[in-house]
Formats: sequence, structure tokens, C-alpha cells
Amino acid sequence: MNIEKTRIDIIDCAKTYPDGTRGLKPVNLTINPGEVIALLGPSGCGKTTLLRLLAGLETANSGSKILFANRDVTQLPVEKRDIGMVFQSYALFPQMSVETNIAYGLRVRGVPADVQRQTVGELIDLVHLNGLEKKRPGELSGGQRQRVALARAVAVKPQVLLLDEPLAALDAKLKESLRDELADLLRRLGITAVHVTHDQQEALAIADRLAIMSAGEIIQVGDGESLYRKPAHPFVAQFLGRVNRIERDENAIIHGLISFGDVAFSCPDHLKSQTAVLLRPEDVKLVPAIEGLPQVTIERRAFLGDRIQLQLKTHNQQVLMAEQPGDTVFRVGETLSLHIDTIRLMPANNH
Amino acid sequence: MNVQSQKPAPFLFFITVAVSLFMFVPVIISVMAGLVNNYRTGLKSGLTLRWISEVWSVYGSTVSASVLLALACVACTLVLGVPCAYALARSQSRFSRAFEETLMLPVAIPGLATALALILAYGNVNFLRQSYGFILIGHILFTLPFMVRTVCSAFQRPDLLAIEEAARTLGASFTQRFLGVLVPAIFPSILAGILMVFTLSIGEVNLTWMLHTPLTRTLPVGLADSYASMRIEVGSAYTLIFILVILPILWVLQGVANWVQNRYGN
Repeated sequence: MNIEKTRIDIIDCAKTYPDGTRGLKPVNLTINPGEVIALLGPSGCGKTTLLRLLAGLETANSGSKILFANRDVTQLPVEKRDIGMVFQSYALFPQMSVETNIAYGLRVRGVPADVQRQTVGELIDLVHLNGLEKKRPGELSGGQRQRVALARAVAVKPQVLLLDEPLAALDAKLKESLRDELADLLRRLGITAVHVTHDQQEALAIADRLAIMSAGEIIQVGDGESLYRKPAHPFVAQFLGRVNRIERDENAIIHGLISFGDVAFSCPDHLKSQTAVLLRPEDVKLVPAIEGLPQVTIERRAFLGDRIQLQLKTHNQQVLMAEQPGDTVFRVGETLSLHIDTIRLMPANNH
Repeated sequence: MNVQSQKPAPFLFFITVAVSLFMFVPVIISVMAGLVNNYRTGLKSGLTLRWISEVWSVYGSTVSASVLLALACVACTLVLGVPCAYALARSQSRFSRAFEETLMLPVAIPGLATALALILAYGNVNFLRQSYGFILIGHILFTLPFMVRTVCSAFQRPDLLAIEEAARTLGASFTQRFLGVLVPAIFPSILAGILMVFTLSIGEVNLTWMLHTPLTRTLPVGLADSYASMRIEVGSAYTLIFILVILPILWVLQGVANWVQNRYGN
């Protein structure tokens, strides 16, 4: 399948619903040709609204602008936008067979029957649905339905593929394998895709770049690693992965310290004015109790298979979560020393 | 779990038999009355098909009239009701919500009153008054709410909203998605509506009694007429014909509806 790689420009795109609710504040985003971008955020953050604006299923406020390959599509109705969309519920046509579902977009465009057959055949191979061509959606498993929905959406070679929580309806195990399959398929198609999800693992596995959204705004855009390591906003740090929040009292701020009761680390310069700092659980290092390092007691230990999660309490009653390799021998009640790599600290306040 | 086989309860069995007899005896008597020579002497007077053939010669035309009328009524409620149901289901306005709630009102008003209103308004339009069209209008008024209600609730289902959006994203025009996707997807509900409209129309006597003329009679009206003006045997034979005509049609319709439900339902 040869799919044209389309650049998407979202310019001051906003949505206010008729009842006055602000679905989306004006957002700006450029999606490169052939890029897979994830809109990631908690429910109600506006990610689905933005996707539906791209699809044309909602009308944007005046002043908003959406460009597909430099062509203004803001006023175009859904039918004319040349998009493919995969819905959370798959929205397959229940009375049609797998192949008729996939061919639907071609049929309504009046594509000749032999071309339809050929394209459907290719897609059936691509998404591994061979042998199920004549089945109805009701006779398929969740994963198979999802693949039919994807094949149907890309059959018309759309400029843009929109995925609305495409894996949310699947169970955990299946989700994981389909996630990799989907990531692989999108790369092979080379299509520009916008993927909406609230699942950070899914977004990290599928997308080239992530746009983290909250309260109708895009907070930060970037690839997974830079968002995880260098979040520009505390919300991004907290949403992507887990963080410990370490409060700093007035004394610690004045003296430029990250204090754990009697012992303290010096605070990196760029965090000196912060009233609290953030630290990922995997960056909390534990060593046998020694002088000169803060003492912590293990309060709870949870075995998570590949790793072990420890809940720690410092002398000044701070609670910290730490993640250790799965073979860690530390037990509940044990007293250890805490070591933190201050380079890994992130700001908790927004500037 | 331990399932205990129930002990036979003679008392319950007796009640069941008694209730069944109470319900079936009138049917049997009514049917037999149409098949005996003389209702007063009963079976001793001997069995005959005389009354049935008499009914057929006098009222035979009402059978086809009723079936055709019911089919026409189904056709009209489909053409009027399905788009109306769609419009109601998709409309966001407060007016359409209110309209939906008043939809069943014509059903609550006695048919006689509706018929009277029709006669007062259009009774002197002769070609209408003298044709089956007048009865058809009455039947549509009475049955349309049932079609709209049934189909409207199907259109409102979230999965229907989603497949309509899916069809739009694939480039389908309104006509393409309405006829090609939505209507087939709610086909079981449409069939349920058809079954209801057909049943209501074919048995309707209230409105029809007021709207009919001696030349435009339906089966139930003819039945009432025969009970009122003819021998009891004739009326009973008429009932028998009614049952023989209606039951197979309803069975077939029900069978089709079930088949569709099993094949296309969730």
C-alpha cells in the first residue's frame, strides 16, 4: 500500500461546546509527514475533542485552523476530509462481512470492483485476517475486530489516520501484543497518525512523539525519553511514570538543601527556588546504613515480578517510593541509607 | 448445586387445568358454533361448512381488504416513521424531546374520537370518504407512534451513533449511510415495528367502525356487523376465518423477525 505522507498543522484550534463548556483551549501543534503522534492525558483533558476536530466530527471555534498538507480543511465536512478513523468501540457495520466492511470506503467512492477486491485482499494479508473474510463482526474476537477496523480505515488510503483509544476495549494481555502489532503496522504504512490514549505505556510503545494534554491544553510535546527525563512541567513528570514529591521547608530553601531531617543533600542550582522537588522511584538508591546519608526504614514491600517496590519512611516522616531490581533482598523493617542522584531531581513547581 | 426434582403437586396441576379450560372453552365453543348446523342443538345437528361458505360469499372481500390495508399501513408508517424516528433521535432541540413524549398521545385518545375528528375535518371530501384511503389514514394515525418509538430508540443507541460516524469518516454521503448502514443495522427493530403495526392495523375496530362505509369494510368491522345482524353460526364461522387468515401471517412475520434477530442481533 502506498500512502501519501501528510503534514498536519493545527493552528489556534479551540472548541467551546454549545452549553459553554471549554472542550479545548486554543492549541498549536505541527505533526510531521508520516509521524505517529499520541495525544496523551487523563479523561476530560481535551484529547478526544482535538481528535474529533481533526476528523471534522466536531466544529472548531472560529479562528481555528487545521491544515492537511498545507490545505485548509477546517470547513470541510467529515465525508470530504479524506481521513481514516478507528473508534474505541470499533464501530464495525454489524450486518456486513469482514471484507464488505473493509471495502466500504472504496465502495461509496465508486472504486471499480476489481480494484476493491485487490485492495481488500492486500489488507486482509496485512492485518492477518485470512480465512475470516466472510465472517460477520459478531463472530470475531476483540482483537480481530480491532484489526478489521484498522484495515477499513486505511483501505481508502486516507491522508491522515486517527485512532481513538484503539486498544482500550481489549484485555491487558491482548492489549500488549496488539500494541506492538499496531506500532509495527503504522511504521510499515508510513501514514501520518494521531493516536488518542490515556494509557502512557501504549503511547510510549506506539508513538514517535507524545503531546501531553491537561485541562484542554497541550502541556508539552516531545519524544517519550525527553518527556520522561526532562519534563517541562510538573504535570508531565507526574503523568508519565511515577514520582516522589520531596517537600523543602524554609530552612532548606535558604540554605540550598534537599533535607531529610538530620542529613541533607545540596540542591542543584536550577531547583534552588522550588518549594518541592520530584524524583522517580527508580532514582531512589538504597545502600546499607552508613553515616552521613539519610536513614530510611522499609515500611512495605511489593513484589512486581521484574522489580520490587519499596515504601520508605525517612527520619523526618517523609514517605518515598523506591524501585529495586527483582532480586533485592531488603526486607520490611530494615533500616537503610538513602542516596539520591541530584541530577535526576525535577522541579515540582511551575514557572 | 443440588437441583431437587419437584414433587408433583396435584393441587397446582388442577388449577392449571382449570384455568386452561376456562380460557380455551370459549374458543372451542366459538369455533364449533361456526361448524354446526344449529348452535342450539349443538353437535347433534351435525357438522357443516355451510356457514363458512356463506361468510366467504358475503364478507370474503373484507379478508383481502384487511390484509392489503395492513400492508399499506406498514408501507406508509415505514416511509413516514423511519425518517421521522431518525430526525427525532439525532435532534438536540428541546422541542423534539417534547414531541417524542407527546407521540403516544393519539394512542391514549379513544379511536372513536380520532375518527370523529377526521370525519369532521375531511368527511366531505367525497373521493376520500368513499375510499379505503380514509380508513388507511386513521390506521396510520393510530400505528405511526408505535413504529416511530420502536425505531427511534434503536437509532439512539450509542453503537448506532458510532457506526454512523464511522460511515461518515469513510466518505459516505447521507443517503449512502442512511440506507446502506443505518437502516440495515437497525433492521431487527424495524421488523419489530412492522410486526406491531401490522397486528394493530389488522385487528383495529375502534376507528374503522366510524370511518368505514358499506363499501369499505375491513375484517373486524365485518365481524362486528355479522354478530350484530346475522345468525350466531355466521359470526362464529367468520371468527374461524379470521383466525385462519391472521395466525399464519403473524407466525410467518414472527418467524422472520426471530430469524433476523438471531442472525443480525448482537
